[in-house]
Amino acid sequence: MNTAPRSFALPASSPPRLPPADARGLRAFLRTHLFQSPLAGVFTFLLGALLIIALWHVVRWSVIDAVWYAPDNGAACRTALGACWAVIAEKYRVIFFGAYPYDEQWRGGLIIALWVAWGAISATRLLSVGTRLAGWALVFVVTILLLKGGLFGLAPVGTDLWGGLPLTFLIFGGTIAGGLPLAILLAIGRRSELPVVRLLCVATIEGVRGIPLLALLFFAALILPLFLPPQLTVDKLIRAEIGMIIFFAAYAAEVVRGGLQAVPEGQDEAAKALGLGYWLRMRKIILPQALAIVVPALFNDIIRAFKNTTFFSILGLFDVLGATKAALQDPNWVRYGTEGYLFVFLLYFIICSAMSLYGSSIERDNKRRVRRAT
Amino acid sequence: MSLTSPARVAPSVPPWRNPRVRAIVWQTLLVLALLALAIWLVINARRALAERGMTSGLGFLFDPAQFALGEAFFVFTPGSSYLAALAVGVGNTVMLSLVSIITATVIGVALGFARLSRNALIAGLAKAYVEAFRNTPQLVQIVFWYSFFTLLPGPRQSWSFFGLAFASNRGLTVPAPENGSVLLIVTAMLAVGAMLALIFARLADRRRRRTGRPWKAVRAIEVAIVVLPALITWLVAGAPLGWSVPELRGFNYTGGATLAPEFLAIYFGLSFYIAAFIAEIVRGGLVSIDAGQIEAANAIGLSRGDLYRKVMVPQALRVIIPPLAAQYVSLLKNSSLGVAVGYPDLFSISNTALTYSGRTIEVLSIMAVIYLVLCLAIGAAANVVNRFVQIPER
Repeated sequence: MNTAPRSFALPASSPPRLPPADARGLRAFLRTHLFQSPLAGVFTFLLGALLIIALWHVVRWSVIDAVWYAPDNGAACRTALGACWAVIAEKYRVIFFGAYPYDEQWRGGLIIALWVAWGAISATRLLSVGTRLAGWALVFVVTILLLKGGLFGLAPVGTDLWGGLPLTFLIFGGTIAGGLPLAILLAIGRRSELPVVRLLCVATIEGVRGIPLLALLFFAALILPLFLPPQLTVDKLIRAEIGMIIFFAAYAAEVVRGGLQAVPEGQDEAAKALGLGYWLRMRKIILPQALAIVVPALFNDIIRAFKNTTFFSILGLFDVLGATKAALQDPNWVRYGTEGYLFVFLLYFIICSAMSLYGSSIERDNKRRVRRAT
Repeated sequence: MSLTSPARVAPSVPPWRNPRVRAIVWQTLLVLALLALAIWLVINARRALAERGMTSGLGFLFDPAQFALGEAFFVFTPGSSYLAALAVGVGNTVMLSLVSIITATVIGVALGFARLSRNALIAGLAKAYVEAFRNTPQLVQIVFWYSFFTLLPGPRQSWSFFGLAFASNRGLTVPAPENGSVLLIVTAMLAVGAMLALIFARLADRRRRRTGRPWKAVRAIEVAIVVLPALITWLVAGAPLGWSVPELRGFNYTGGATLAPEFLAIYFGLSFYIAAFIAEIVRGGLVSIDAGQIEAANAIGLSRGDLYRKVMVPQALRVIIPPLAAQYVSLLKNSSLGVAVGYPDLFSISNTALTYSGRTIEVLSIMAVIYLVLCLAIGAAANVVNRFVQIPER
């Protein structure tokens, strides 16, 4: 009896077959994503028609009927049916530079160019992390020096005149530069074995997270001067910045804590066994691993910090939003607020989307690295 | 010779290398430093207050406040006490947050499902919404809405929606029930009924599990529990059905209810922004469900409705609730941005009150404590709900 299993393999290889005709390409996409069934097809068709009508209205308002250039205080805009983008052409200097002296606005332009350029260079990740961070520190210092003036023959400019995108970048940079170290301290303090330190950090983090940022900024702007001796006057900009830093730190501390918890206990124990002290352990063993884990999550907080710079406009400072508000007070242009704010909306959208894309690309890279490591 | 070596005496550690001693010393120093800082700050503050001729204390709360506030859910009459003004602020903040939370949740959940739709057009639209509203500052959105509504044409050239609702620079004028308080109570009763029905459903489920026999009429009883209290209240109130529709008379509307641009700006700003974040949370929750769960549900022939209700939603909720609560807290805190458009919420009333009373420290502290309590309340409520939706794992 022949019990040997019969082979099911074909004796000769068959010619390779092409994928089914409509598994790929535009037709397949239409069939699987838009017109699965007659009912879905009708739905897609109706929704698409609605969308096209809406888009047509938007295009007609924002492009076809729009006025791009209107001399004589926007005379052409009065009769226009569409958007009056001339308001941007008229007020872009105020939106980008606030009340900064007109002749010195090239300094603001240079700052914006520096930030955008170094942002683009950093995003390529061709340079090492250390170089990139050192570059950011340099960019930050140059921003302050350029805005302040008084050096190299630059005319000094008071902080009350700083404004626009350079100020927004400055607030943002200061928040991250001051907030991240504080966040790390709060996070490791919250995991400390010393009850007093732990209690202090928990109270700070939870207390700050329970009140609005606006309240914190008002505390810093209105109450802080009362608690300081009269001879120590702190600039309003710096006071508000302190509020921003504390708020960012409280949120980022929770993210960093998540990273600290993700580092295996054995790492710390091994370092202890080698006789490393607390701060050395933290600096050389725990934090490098924890921070690498939390960078993508931190990006959410960093983007939020950028969005929160707009809160300065409520304190009467002229960040991009505050400067735009001020620009639109002009009675000749007050009617085109919608266009003005749409422009600001778009500006923030571009910057925040760029940061968000960069953050998710780091996350993808991290995942790939982890998969390779395991 | 004995095998056991004599008990080793621990090498004497000098006290400055003993971790326990060091811990006590460092913490004592920290507490002392903080105390010194606090005393220094208080001394400075006392001197600053004395120099400005300001007094401190909470007595001012009962003084009459001579400022007028914009209209909102609760109205403040000038001349009432500061305490009353703050209470109006709390009421407005809570009501505004409540309606915004409901709106944001409805939009967000719909968008979250839409992002996973098989229809590329719907998924794409939902993604565009989320990206646009998530990647721009909330304050820019609020200011944009405010500018948009205040720049609409006047009542005579207003945008009309089928002659029922009108959008003009006075705000949005919509039809309203003639007897608004009855509608409010009926809505509240509906919520009470829904809560009772949930409890009943749980009891019925427990009974079914115990006895193995389901109640036939469970669904009908549940519907009855939801509807009956509201229906009875409505009938007792005399079954008012009248709706008042706005009508243009001269330069303004009569009838209907008008939502002011201030309210619309902060309401849209809060709801639409948070909705984008909720959409991402809902999507994340749905994606987190193991594919095997859905395949198994399909294999045993569950209907699509049951697949969602019995398999997907209970598992997704576990993932969704904690970050959702964080978004609610964020919404409540950012309702303070009402100050940017002049909506009389807690923050902007506190801001006015501290200007009029000069009690900066007291007013800001009271405001901060109230926000803290409100945020903690949301957190506590989320914990209760979370315990309710957690599925005990074996």
